[in-house]
Amino acid sequence: MQAESHQRLQSSLLQPARWKWAEFLFWGLVFLAPWVLPSHALMVNEMAIVALFALSLDLVLGYAGIVSLGHAVFLGFGAYSAALFAKHIMPDPLVGLCFAMVTTSCLGALCALTILRGSDLTRLMVTLGMALILLELANKLDWLTGGSDGLQGVLMGPLLGRFEFDLMGQTAATYSLTILFTSFFFVRHWVHSPLGATVKAVRDNRLRAMAIGINVNARLAVVYGAAACLAGAAGALMAQTTGFASLDVFALDRSADVMLMLVIGGVGWLYGGVLGAVAFKLMHDVIAGITPQYWTFWIGLFLVVLVLVGRERLLKPWTWWRS
Amino acid sequence: MLTILFDGIAYGMLLFILAVGLSVTMGLMNFINLAHGAFAMAGGYLTVVLMQRFGVPFLICLPLAFLATGFLGAIMERSLYRPMYAKPHLDQVLFSIGLAFMSVSAIDYFMGSQQQIMQLPDMLKGRTEIWDGALGMGHYRLFIIAICAALTLALQYVLAKTTFGSRLRASVDDSRVAAGLGINVNSVFAITFAVGSGLAGLGGALGAEVLGLDPTFPLKFMVYFLIVVAVGGTSSITGPLLAALLLGIADVPGKYYVPKLGAFIVYSLMLLILLWRPQGLFVRKGGH
Repeated sequence: MQAESHQRLQSSLLQPARWKWAEFLFWGLVFLAPWVLPSHALMVNEMAIVALFALSLDLVLGYAGIVSLGHAVFLGFGAYSAALFAKHIMPDPLVGLCFAMVTTSCLGALCALTILRGSDLTRLMVTLGMALILLELANKLDWLTGGSDGLQGVLMGPLLGRFEFDLMGQTAATYSLTILFTSFFFVRHWVHSPLGATVKAVRDNRLRAMAIGINVNARLAVVYGAAACLAGAAGALMAQTTGFASLDVFALDRSADVMLMLVIGGVGWLYGGVLGAVAFKLMHDVIAGITPQYWTFWIGLFLVVLVLVGRERLLKPWTWWRS
Repeated sequence: MLTILFDGIAYGMLLFILAVGLSVTMGLMNFINLAHGAFAMAGGYLTVVLMQRFGVPFLICLPLAFLATGFLGAIMERSLYRPMYAKPHLDQVLFSIGLAFMSVSAIDYFMGSQQQIMQLPDMLKGRTEIWDGALGMGHYRLFIIAICAALTLALQYVLAKTTFGSRLRASVDDSRVAAGLGINVNSVFAITFAVGSGLAGLGGALGAEVLGLDPTFPLKFMVYFLIVVAVGGTSSITGPLLAALLLGIADVPGKYYVPKLGAFIVYSLMLLILLWRPQGLFVRKGGH
C-alpha cells in the first residue's frame, strides 16, 4: 500500500520531465522545415541560431533570475572565436564549434565573477559593460578581427567531411537545427534535475536557498557558464553559416532583441525562447518589409504595450482590459 | 594638459546635470529607467528647432527646454511610468528600452538622422588663454561649468535646507516609513521626476554642441548616465557629482591621448569599481 502511493508520488513528480507527443511532433516538423520549404532554409537557419541564443538567455534570466543587458558578449565572442579558428587553424565546422564553446565557457566563468554581487542595477551595468568592452576591443584589435570592416574571408570546410554548405542553406539549417536540438535536449534534462531545481530555488528566494544549504554563488556560476557556452555555440553557428563575423554581434540591439524574443515566448519556459525567436523573426520580416528604416519604433511600441498590458497576459487577449 | 582637465570638468558637470534626475528617481522608486536620455534628446531638439525655425535666442531656449521637458516628464510619469514601479526590474528594463527605441525612431522620422548643428551666440564663442596658453578655456565650456555649478548648489540647497528636500530624503531612505509618517511619496516622486526630466532636457540643450545631437543620442549616452548612477550610488547627489566628474576627467584625456583605447578605459574602470564596490563608490551606510 505504501509502496504504491510512493510510486504514484514519484510518477507525478517525474511527469513534467517526460517528453510529450506534442514535443516529438514539434521537433519533427522543425527538422522537416528546410526540406519542405527550401526557399526559406536560410531563414530557418537564422531562427535556429537566435532560438539557441534565446535558450541561453532563458537559463540566465528565466531560471537564474539575472537581468542581463549584455548577453551578446558571448554570442560575439563565440562568433569571433569560430571565425578566427576557421581562418587560421582549421576549417572543420564541428571542431570550430567545440573550440568556440570551450573559449566562451571560459569567458562565461570569468564573467560569472562579476554578477555574483550587487543589485539588479549593478548586474545590468556589469553585463552591459562587458559587452561594450569586448566591442571596443574587437574594434581596436583590427589586425586580428578586421575592425569595423568585420572579419572577412572565412572559408568553411564541409560538414563531417562530406556535406558542403550550399547557397540554399539547407545544410546550414539542418546543422544549426541539430545543434539547437542537442542543446535543448541537454538543457531540458538539466532543468528537471535536482541541480536545476536548486537554481530555481535561488531565483525565487536567495536567502532561503542559502539557509537550506544551497551554495548560491556556485550555482549561479554554473548556470552562467553553461549559458555562455550555449550563446557561444549560437555565435559560432552564425559565423560558420554566414562565413562572416562583424562588430554588430556585440551590439546592444542584439542583447535587447534576444530579451524581447524571450519575453514574447515566455520567460522561464524552455519553449519560450524557441517560439519567441520564431515569432520575432516573422514579425521582423513583416515590419521591416513595410518600413525598413523605422521598424525599431514598432518594436519599441510593442515592448511598451506588452509591459503595460502585462507580459503574462500576452497570449490571453480576453484578460487585457481587466485590471 | 590643464586645458584637457578643464574640458574634462566641463564634460563631467554636463553629465552630472544630465544624470542627476535619473539617480534620484532610481534611488526613490528603485525604478530602472533606460529612457532618461530621451528627455535629454527632447530638450536638445527643442532648442535646435526653436533657434533655427523661430529664431529664439539661445539663452531663452535653455529655460524653455527645462520647462518643456519637465512638463513632458510629468505627463509621462502620470500616464505611463506610474504602473511600472511595482513591477519587476525585467519589466522596467523592457518598458524603458522600448520607450528609448520609440524616441530614436520618432526623431529620426521627423528630424532626419543627420547630426544637428547648434549656432551659439557670439558672446559664448571664442576662448581665453592664461598662463601663456597652458590653460585654454572655451567660453562656452566656462558657461557650462558656471550654469552646472549654480544648479548643483541650488539642488544641494533644496535637498538640505527645505521641507521638500527633507521629505525627498526621507522617501529615498525608506519610502514605506515616509508614507507612514504622512509624506505623500507619490507627489514627491512626481515632482522629482518632472524636475529630473527638466534637468536632463536642459543638459541636452546645453550639451548639444559638446556631445553632438543625433537621433541615437538616448542609446549612445544611456551607458554614460547609468555609469554615473551605478558608480555614484543613488542615496545622495554628491555621489553622482563626483562620479560624473571622475567620468568626464577620465574620458576626455583618454580620448585625447589614446584615442584607440578611449571608451575602453572608461568601461574597464567602471567594471573594476563595481567589482570592488557593487553598490557604488559613495554609498552611505544605513541608507539603501
